[in-house]
Amino acid sequence: MMRSSSIKAGPDHVDFKEVLAPTPFQDRVDSYSLTQDWASWNGYKTAKTYDTLASEYFAIRSTCGVMDLTPMEKYRVGGPDALHFLNRLVTRDISGLQPNRVTYVVWCNDEGKVLDDGTIFSLGGGEYRLCSQHHQLDWLLISSLGFDVTIEEETHSIAALAVQGPTSYSVLSAAGIQELNGLKPFGMINARVNGIECMVSRTGFTGDLGYEIWIDPSNASAIWDAIFALKEQGLFDIRPTGLGALEMVRIEAGFILPGDDFNTAETAIRADHDRSPYELGLGWLVNLQKCYFTGKRALFAEFARPIRRKLVRLSIEGNKPPKDAFLYDRKGGGRIGTIKSCVWSPILKTNVSMADIEYDKGAPPKQIWAEIYYQKELEWRATWAQCRLSIKPFWVHQRSSATPPQKY
Amino acid sequence: MKAYDAIVIGAGHNGLTHAAFLSKAGLRVLVLERNDYIGGATASLELHKDWRYSNCSYVCSLFRPEIYQALDLGRHGLEVVPLQGSVTFKRDGDYFGSYHQSNVRRREIARHSKRDADASIRFDADLMKWCRLIRGFLLRTPPDPSSFKIRDVMEFAYLLKSFHSLSESQIYEFIRFFTMSIAEYLEQYFENDTILAHFSGGSIIGTGLGVYSPGTAYVLLHHAMGDVDGNVGSWGFARGGMGSVSSALASSLRAVGGEIRTNAEVESISVKRGRATGVVLASGEELSARAVISNLDAKRTFLGLLDSCDLPDDLVRRARNFKIRGSSGKVNIALDGMPDFPALPKGSPLTLGHMHFTDTLERLERAYDDWKDDRWSQDPYVDMVIPTQYDPSMSPPGKHMMSVFVQYCPVEAEGGWTDSKRDAFGAAVINQIADYSPNFKDLLLHAEIRTPRELEAEVGLTEGNIFQGELTLDQLMFNRPFPGYAQYRAPIKNMYMCSSSNHPGGGVMGAPGANSAREVLIDFGRSSTTPEDFGDD
Repeated sequence: MMRSSSIKAGPDHVDFKEVLAPTPFQDRVDSYSLTQDWASWNGYKTAKTYDTLASEYFAIRSTCGVMDLTPMEKYRVGGPDALHFLNRLVTRDISGLQPNRVTYVVWCNDEGKVLDDGTIFSLGGGEYRLCSQHHQLDWLLISSLGFDVTIEEETHSIAALAVQGPTSYSVLSAAGIQELNGLKPFGMINARVNGIECMVSRTGFTGDLGYEIWIDPSNASAIWDAIFALKEQGLFDIRPTGLGALEMVRIEAGFILPGDDFNTAETAIRADHDRSPYELGLGWLVNLQKCYFTGKRALFAEFARPIRRKLVRLSIEGNKPPKDAFLYDRKGGGRIGTIKSCVWSPILKTNVSMADIEYDKGAPPKQIWAEIYYQKELEWRATWAQCRLSIKPFWVHQRSSATPPQKY
Repeated sequence: MKAYDAIVIGAGHNGLTHAAFLSKAGLRVLVLERNDYIGGATASLELHKDWRYSNCSYVCSLFRPEIYQALDLGRHGLEVVPLQGSVTFKRDGDYFGSYHQSNVRRREIARHSKRDADASIRFDADLMKWCRLIRGFLLRTPPDPSSFKIRDVMEFAYLLKSFHSLSESQIYEFIRFFTMSIAEYLEQYFENDTILAHFSGGSIIGTGLGVYSPGTAYVLLHHAMGDVDGNVGSWGFARGGMGSVSSALASSLRAVGGEIRTNAEVESISVKRGRATGVVLASGEELSARAVISNLDAKRTFLGLLDSCDLPDDLVRRARNFKIRGSSGKVNIALDGMPDFPALPKGSPLTLGHMHFTDTLERLERAYDDWKDDRWSQDPYVDMVIPTQYDPSMSPPGKHMMSVFVQYCPVEAEGGWTDSKRDAFGAAVINQIADYSPNFKDLLLHAEIRTPRELEAEVGLTEGNIFQGELTLDQLMFNRPFPGYAQYRAPIKNMYMCSSSNHPGGGVMGAPGANSAREVLIDFGRSSTTPEDFGDD
């Protein structure tokens, strides 16, 4: 009645000793890491830093930083109804998305609460790639009922490398990609580097000039080597960058991070701990005029009401880091919110943060104060600092959108 | 004769918990125990030389940390070590492992179904919503919804307020959750047969219900709402076996002046003019006290210790109909070494946790079908653990103790239990394990086989029901044990109930013992020694 007699440990077993999974770049990532300082990103072994946070931050802002993006969740969506399905999934109207274009989107549950954000790549031939921060296969399959689509998770079968910073255009051009001068932000092209086929998109999470390269995992080491060879030749300073530097530049650039800056709807346990796109400052991504999309009814109703709270960008005066600080409507006043994530911006010389704050009848607080606890030589101290709302991203550079890009 | 303020009948973990809080408040307390050992179903017994068995309850999660802290049980010798992971072996030679490392666990779910790996995020979050809600009620006395007393109204308002923290759709889901079968509940999330079977197991443990019976979804929550050091849903081993829980409670009780008498079976509760005045022992000895507290199940308490003439007819009727069906057995095994499980890769951590051999919902339901026909399951569902992989105190070095909980086992095996039927039941379990572990039978040194017959005779659980009453909505919260009697007070003055037949129910939780102590102390006009819920927020 029972199984065949001998069961061998084969490839079918999950390797229980491998708590963090390697990405296709793991050989290179390991050998470039001086700190061996790892974090889990969707279960993959990911560098927090390679060398120092400062050198990696300035690689992105001053020269060129390279980062292994493979752990980002990737889904291939195809079939006759692919675009129709995706347009129903997301809040933005993407019915006009052209081949070789990329668009930033959020998607919600029926209550109009955000499940995740991400990008949709139109690969041509009716095929699309959806990239997301968190695991979404369950939701994609639930919400695709009735659509003639195929949905496949391809996180591990597509390797991705971000090349970001002012010299990224020069670096990739020197690596042999000739067609980059006409590539606009959110565009993509197919190219070859040392004979390796790749897809290059002008996208990124840094707010700077930058690209992302998408390749077959078997070519991962070769493409890494082709880029870093330019550093070996003494042409450019190119550095691998970790999650620490990414956190700094993404906050400067005003990008939100689901799961860090807000609870995704699927994982929120307490009522009122999930967020709508309006509450995340992403109202510009919601098109209430387009045909039905998931969450539309709830968002329509919410749009008519004054907003109660919002995830905002706050810069904080002084130099004390308001990590995890409560926010008040005046010094010692009533509590109106909390800091969600915060970094010191070396380029702006100020602390910049994402903060969740209450709005009064749709209007932001007149004043926002942070109560900051900080340590000096193991001794805790407390101070107050005034915060300023920043409507725009803290830092944008004209080079990030200039086409053709300039050589720096 | 020494005068006691309170006599507690039964030195199980709830009786001891209850007595400890009364003693702490300065009351003179005596706990009476029928057996020559304390603990009831929370015991470690040496039945084979140099081996100690947790011979009834065998893992710990539900025991309230508030009670642990308040009674200082760590200093009285209790140590709960979290156990790691779980596994369901499949008949085709494969297995599904729920690894303690979350990244590995996710990849293992994805090995069986990529979709289920993502669905488990939704499943975990939803289950946590219900856990959070229910955990807030564990250390509270249920309100009487028909009462207008200030306290009842306040408690009912607290209950409503907790619901208020749910969204409208969550309230619907919560009500469905209490009334659904575990199979239907899980099928809203998972598609893989093995994964469905793996997560269903906790929902039938101890119940006379099958995976397709309405009400079993809640039992999953009952097994998931505990925690080890804040990790909700985790289970642990008490070092030295579950007897360490009762010995720590006893030590804490004695440290504040409480007394325990073993070999002291209570024959009846003395009632004079509608008031409980003491107890009569089987030996004929009479003991008096200002209050009598029963830690026996509701059936034994009201139908066994009391004269029904002293009770309202309504209560006698409800006690007779109290759902307390025995459905579980237990096999405790001494092993000469660690058994091999060839399906697992070498060095696999999966043997460190719960092990199961039932890989489909259908097999789980068929196991239940046998029980309905008064047969033990021919292909039983087992929850098997080998605590000696962590615990050096329960077997000699290199040897092991295995605890096998078995579902289902009937109260009356076709025409009544005999010793040979009991052994045949044990053999069915041992054969199932041996199908997956070729050297298992060679290592077997001793086995203690317990059917509901033994559980009832030795521990005093009616029908051998491990929860002292089914955990279905009609017997939960203000309906436990009966509507109108959920506040731990019997209809006889000075008499109370502190057992798992009362809110919040079975499992080694201590909560019924603590909650009932709070009520006794209120009636005695003493300030409470029982702890407040730590609170999740």
